[in-house]
Amino acid sequence: MISKKNGLSRIGYANREEKFLDIRLNTFYTCENMKQVFSKYGNLIILFTFLFGSGWIWISRNPDSVNDPVKITAPQKGFLAPDLSLPDTNGEIITLSELRGQIVILNIWASWCTPCRAEMPAMQRIFKEKESQGLIVLAVNATNQDDQVSAINFANEIGLTFPIVFDETGEISRKYQVRALPTSFFIDQAGVIQKVVIGGPMSEALLKIEIEKLLVKQKESKSP
Amino acid sequence: MMPILNIGPLAIQLPGLLLIVGLYLGLWLAERYSMRYRIQPNALYNIVFIALIFGILGARLFYIFRSPEMFTGNLTSIVSLNYAMLDPFGGIITAAISCLIYGQRKKLPFWSTLDALTPILAVFAIALGTAHFSSGSAFGMATDLPWGIELWGTKRHPSQIYEIFAASLVLIALFPSWKYISRLRSGNYFLLFSASTSAYYLFLEAFRGDSYLLPGGFRLTQVISLVILIASLFGIKTIHSRYDEILSSTIEDTTV
Repeated sequence: MISKKNGLSRIGYANREEKFLDIRLNTFYTCENMKQVFSKYGNLIILFTFLFGSGWIWISRNPDSVNDPVKITAPQKGFLAPDLSLPDTNGEIITLSELRGQIVILNIWASWCTPCRAEMPAMQRIFKEKESQGLIVLAVNATNQDDQVSAINFANEIGLTFPIVFDETGEISRKYQVRALPTSFFIDQAGVIQKVVIGGPMSEALLKIEIEKLLVKQKESKSP
Repeated sequence: MMPILNIGPLAIQLPGLLLIVGLYLGLWLAERYSMRYRIQPNALYNIVFIALIFGILGARLFYIFRSPEMFTGNLTSIVSLNYAMLDPFGGIITAAISCLIYGQRKKLPFWSTLDALTPILAVFAIALGTAHFSSGSAFGMATDLPWGIELWGTKRHPSQIYEIFAASLVLIALFPSWKYISRLRSGNYFLLFSASTSAYYLFLEAFRGDSYLLPGGFRLTQVISLVILIASLFGIKTIHSRYDEILSSTIEDTTV
């Protein structure tokens, strides 16, 4: 009979059947095999794992310290932003690659989309505040599912001063793989996407925080 | 890749949906075996609920605390529904602490509770891989191998599929151990799960094209994985030696 002081009663089998099940049904993970392996070779296993793991980390390091995406264009964080050339409200062509050296918020929107409309005033305030530090807000209207007049009326109504360009064919929405409006891309001075925000409305705080991060990065890259 | 699921006018974030489905399936599996660890299924539900609520709150609070000045004059931003304003690290820390507090208040046995939670974590790991696949994040390095997939402008290692495959293997390999439980070694299953999961992260991270790199080009995830792997193996070794001590004390007691 098992004493009340001993280990098994502390662990607490309800009855003999349960104890039997515990012993009988143990698989490799709980059975003697594992106990024997670990009590005999435990330290060796740990040492081998440490050496093998460290070796693997060494072999698979990236000595250039640069991930490959920065050389490829794709609408994803860490990649170069796909280029675009679209006409603005005055018919002048704006090209994204010509804005290199500046921080760009590329916002894809439509005038009928409620969250798009809701986030525009915050973007306008940020643009006014940070324009002098090199921020550009480029609002790409998804004109293939909107109409230019409504977009211009909305922009005038709330007094947007940043450039609005028109994607008549939907080519840019396809290039940027837009599946929901609004979608915003935060692009650094090197033209690399640093954040993608799908959906909205974005709050003013979010905009400020993300832009501040990019401005700090810009300052660091300029300082020797 | 399908980051957004459009149902009529609704645009649902598919990765988030997949994670929720993973959590639900994990809970379903865990509750079937939780009583074998003497953990009530309700306790598991409560833990997951607390982790979710406090995880989200913590993730938002950490995000705010990192730049509180940006919220002055923008107090409505604090309750913005935008998921981009969440700090994942803060969320995990807060969720873990709140679960620990709950466990202590309810006097839940620490290691047995972790064992009971292991099926949730194992299924969630698969869901995480599918969420990565759906969003196109956690992508692989460029490769010429025949099983490479065309993604983000080039042919890449299907790192998300590797992840799903490895996590599924862990689930399948550990499954029998959830059915037949030795309470003498509580913590064994959780530690086996954490050892095997960190082992595959250590191995597979080498094929990722978006790793966070430390000075010298070392991959942060690999370093963290190795630390967790070693700690888990130490834990397993300790559990087995403790088991020996219990057995020998039992023998002494019964013979005396």
